[in-house]
Amino acid sequence: MIHAFAYNVPYIAVVALILIGLYAVLFRRNLIKIVIGIVLIESGVNLFLITLGYRTGSIAPIYTSNPGLTNPMALPVPQALTLTSIVIGVAVLALMLSLIIHIYRHYGTLDSRKLGGDEE
Amino acid sequence: MSDDGMSRIVKTMTSLLFPLVFIYGLYVIAHGHLTPGGGFQGGAVVASGCAMILVAYGSGWTMKKVKEKNLSTVESLGALLFIGLAFLGLIFGAGVFFNNFLANSEFIFFGTKVAFGTTAANINTAGILPIMNFAVGMKVTAGLFAIVLVMAHATSSKKEDK
Amino acid sequence: MSNKRDLVAIIAFSMVAVFFVFTAIMMGPVGEHYFGDPDETDMDDYIINNAQTETGANNAVTSVVFDYRGFDTLGEATILFTAVAGVIMVFRRLKK
Repeated sequence: MIHAFAYNVPYIAVVALILIGLYAVLFRRNLIKIVIGIVLIESGVNLFLITLGYRTGSIAPIYTSNPGLTNPMALPVPQALTLTSIVIGVAVLALMLSLIIHIYRHYGTLDSRKLGGDEE
Repeated sequence: MSDDGMSRIVKTMTSLLFPLVFIYGLYVIAHGHLTPGGGFQGGAVVASGCAMILVAYGSGWTMKKVKEKNLSTVESLGALLFIGLAFLGLIFGAGVFFNNFLANSEFIFFGTKVAFGTTAANINTAGILPIMNFAVGMKVTAGLFAIVLVMAHATSSKKEDK
Repeated sequence: MSNKRDLVAIIAFSMVAVFFVFTAIMMGPVGEHYFGDPDETDMDDYIINNAQTETGANNAVTSVVFDYRGFDTLGEATILFTAVAGVIMVFRRLKK
């Protein structure tokens, strides 16, 4: 049991990031804090994608330091998919922040319990 | 954001540092097929340099110098170059979409042959990959700079909003 | 009604936490998916062995992003374009 939980520290970090981000989304009222929670969840998922592609004792997949493939190399496909995921996270963050600016101009407050109360 | 930007010391130092950041970003884009980096990473570096100029000089001055239409044109040109290179693979290469038709073909631009097990990191090598890196770098730079510029202009304190 | 909302939030959060602990136990001592040995690496072994002679690039990740999986990069460029168009459209003011 100790062997299992001492050498899998990246997976424990992924779970901690996702749970902290989920706590910020569910239990906070300010809209900016909810957006920060969503960004934390996305960071946790990106870290999980990268740690799936590691071989023990391998180096980065660049051929310059490894002529003739003498050392084992890390897998390149999960790194390529993580690149796409990071760009998607940036696009979603830009759209969320522009909508928050628009909401603040219309309502005058950033408290999520006071929005949308036109029918009581 | 205030209208006139920051003080004179900040403006001078920013205008001295911006060429260094720009050249570093172009280096990361251009050597994308030899070292870690590429189009998306280098585009983010250049967009950070442009955001530094925006913070130092204020959003009104930057909006007058760089109009939104020019940024939209640069971004559309980057996207069209990317798709145009993908379609050229249909005509010139093996008849497949996204074919790398310049890879080992001894063309003068990017077509040197690379054998297995060499470490000669020649920049003249990898087919259409450097051109695609440049197209994606243009697109990402123009897109991120346009987002930051529009948000800064919308939240500047003028007298006509509340 | 905020008490009911808080209760639902606490139940959902604890269910997700229990799910993660269950997954950790299933992956670790039971399923043998430790950090450092991935399962099947046939596609990545082919890409590592042949990317330098087929594409001529010294960087395996760039050759995967732009040559072996270039269609995903096309979709990602479309997403970036749509996000920039959406942000500019939110802040456009109609000329009165």
